Amino acid sequence: MQELKIFHEAIQNPGSVALKMKEKKRKTIGYLCSYAPEELIYAAGFHPMRLFSSKAEINLAESHLQAYCCSLVRGILEDSLSGKLDYLDGTVFPHTCDSIQRLSDIWRIKTKYEFFADVIMPAKLNTQSAKNYMRDVLIKFTTDLEKACGEKITRSALKKSIAKFNLIKTNLKKLYELRSQNPGILKGADIHAIVKGSMIMDRDQLVELLPAIVSKVSDVSALDQGKRLVLSGSICDSPDIYDIIEQAGGVVVGDDLCTGQRWFDGKIPENEEPMEALTTRYFERIVCPAKHSSTIARGENIVKLAKQTEADGVIFIILKFCDPHGFDYPYMKEFLDKEGIKNILIEIDDHSLNSGQLSTRLETFMHMI
Amino acid sequence: MNDKLVEKEKQKITSAKKMRDIMTTYYIDAMSAKENNKLVAWITSGGPVEPLIAMDIIPVYPENHGAMIGSSKMGEDLCMKAEDMGYSNDLCSYARTDISCAIVKGGPIGGLPEPDMLICCNNICGTVLKWYEIQARFFNVPLFIFDTPVCHTEFSPEIAKYVRTQIDEYIAFLEKVTKKSFDHDKMAEVGKISYQGQLLWQKVLNTTANRPSPMTAFDAFFFLALIVTLRGTMIAVDFYKELLLEMKERIKNGISIVPNEKYRLLWDNLPIWYQLKWLSSKFSDHDACLVADTYTSAWCSSLKYIDENDFLNSIAEGYTRIYLNIGVDQMADQVIEMIKFYNIDGFVMHSNRSCKPYSFGQLDIKRIVESKANIPVLMIEADMTDPRAFSQSQVETRIDAFMEIINQGK
Ligand code: SF4
Ligand code: SF4
Repeated sequence: MQELKIFHEAIQNPGSVALKMKEKKRKTIGYLCSYAPEELIYAAGFHPMRLFSSKAEINLAESHLQAYCCSLVRGILEDSLSGKLDYLDGTVFPHTCDSIQRLSDIWRIKTKYEFFADVIMPAKLNTQSAKNYMRDVLIKFTTDLEKACGEKITRSALKKSIAKFNLIKTNLKKLYELRSQNPGILKGADIHAIVKGSMIMDRDQLVELLPAIVSKVSDVSALDQGKRLVLSGSICDSPDIYDIIEQAGGVVVGDDLCTGQRWFDGKIPENEEPMEALTTRYFERIVCPAKHSSTIARGENIVKLAKQTEADGVIFIILKFCDPHGFDYPYMKEFLDKEGIKNILIEIDDHSLNSGQLSTRLETFMHMI
Repeated sequence: MNDKLVEKEKQKITSAKKMRDIMTTYYIDAMSAKENNKLVAWITSGGPVEPLIAMDIIPVYPENHGAMIGSSKMGEDLCMKAEDMGYSNDLCSYARTDISCAIVKGGPIGGLPEPDMLICCNNICGTVLKWYEIQARFFNVPLFIFDTPVCHTEFSPEIAKYVRTQIDEYIAFLEKVTKKSFDHDKMAEVGKISYQGQLLWQKVLNTTANRPSPMTAFDAFFFLALIVTLRGTMIAVDFYKELLLEMKERIKNGISIVPNEKYRLLWDNLPIWYQLKWLSSKFSDHDACLVADTYTSAWCSSLKYIDENDFLNSIAEGYTRIYLNIGVDQMADQVIEMIKFYNIDGFVMHSNRSCKPYSFGQLDIKRIVESKANIPVLMIEADMTDPRAFSQSQVETRIDAFMEIINQGK
């Protein structure tokens, strides 16, 4: 498919996307986690771009972050220090985990992009005062952005931005639904490129491309099926993993990833006061494990997701040294076990993927389910 | 007794025994809470304990328990038990030991008394949020989260408002769980006592600015237990008064803790609980005294924000702007202040794989200290309770080399 090429190119070279955006007079602001309010960044006239590690060997970051820090955080710092991110005009750090918290400090002290902001979201998302605080934080961030762009973010600009992101996210959702009904319409690696690309590419281009892809794949009739799998974890940024899963006889039919459904689920109501609607969406979305909504929210969610997608099994993909996901894994596993849903844990490191071992484990898992 | 032994006896800090007795009584009280119709709350070390004391609820600190487990060298076994339950060995070892201990009732005191409620303040880390969720599921008791957003560069008005509101929510939570109404007069009194205790603790720590130092950071790690667990009670106040007197006595009589104190060092991060004795004599053999640390001072470092006469209103800032909840550059500033105040010759940093918020950023602090304070810095790789992350021979070689550098620089 012609359209897919653009996505694959963009994720391989985010810098070239940023340069093109510069020609369009949009400066690029990188962000670190799915709690970053992209809608605001875009409404301020900037181009929001989620940062991923280029997975380059760690050299410079070694003298800032110890080896027991997750490869995502170390990798992104490495990219910045080695100049790979020089195309950025700024960065936004929503408060997530302890590692990103400290990365933000080191970044603020060491790097020299034009714009820098911490968006210190609440950690608990189940009280009115936390919601009020969330709104305050978003308003503060709006002011920061306004200072940077020299203009007010108007209500209508924000409304338009919200509509745009809604369109992008609903199309991704549709794509996931189509895939769940008919796995094999797209390769896992292609879907990965589409989702990742949607956090990197020009949003004006995405609103054209995504509906086109959705309508194309809607016409594809049943393809080969495999064991239906749901992925759960932080990010799964290795296309190879998708290939390995497919070779082992599996198809991914849904995910609970922060670079997946956790990010794009949940539409922002367009007929409400935009700031209020934005607050509600970030407050009520499916939580990331670094946040608290209830003690069982994520356990219930993974069971629901597995059932909805009629999954045969769940693969937990956790980055080594990731605390929030590491703490949630045993109980989420317990919730799945209770329902008789088979699951497996794979711990990955962004920098070294042991594909041989991984395929053996996954093949065994596929036989079991 | 030969002269050496007499000399050694004189050097011992006599308050240590009293402190042990107080802690024993405290744990016995906590263990028998049920029989005495008292409620038990588990609370994080940096959490606002004063309202609990005002409500006559017994606070119990899993982190202090973790330290006890570490000191009694039971950490490895309990960590491994948690790993068998599916918890990665990369997670904080306090959390790991506590999670498995709740199930197997192991450790030096056979596990902690079961909680009636959990109070989790995330001013120290995000780990406690996950850890307390786990215990809330396990014990099936109410959990209150006191959310203190990190102050990378400032204590913003938004944060101030949010945290202040939570103090009222906290009180409402306690009223609901205990089915009793909150006594504000009692609270005001507890607030004053807490303030006084923290002030005394600060004074005790300050005595080590004297040359030679009357105690070491290793002693501070031990004496810390009271300001953590009994903050807001007269027991802590009375004890620290005595301890302060003893320190002043020692200074007056020229009694040093390290016989020939030549070098003064500053420690960073949690103690390595299972190696305290060895580390202490190792440094002492080099005539070096660890006079201060960034850890024990965390329980009085935000005193400047607290108003003893307006306790509840001021602790929002006091509990939010603690050492671990501020930016790395501000942490470095505090370290440099300590280096000046205590006249420090070298800085020893424990890179603690359990504690990410404390350890990430250390390498930057190290460089800032090296350039601004111009003293050598040593980094030791370890973990506070899990001995598997510690290599004695490697650390020994590095300490020897470090002391050599300090010696040459003198
Ligand atoms: S993978 Fe885990 S530790 Fe790493 S940035 Fe994400 S949440 Fe934080
Ligand atoms: S050691 Fe660090 S990570 Fe563990 S509970 Fe304490 S502050 Fe949190």
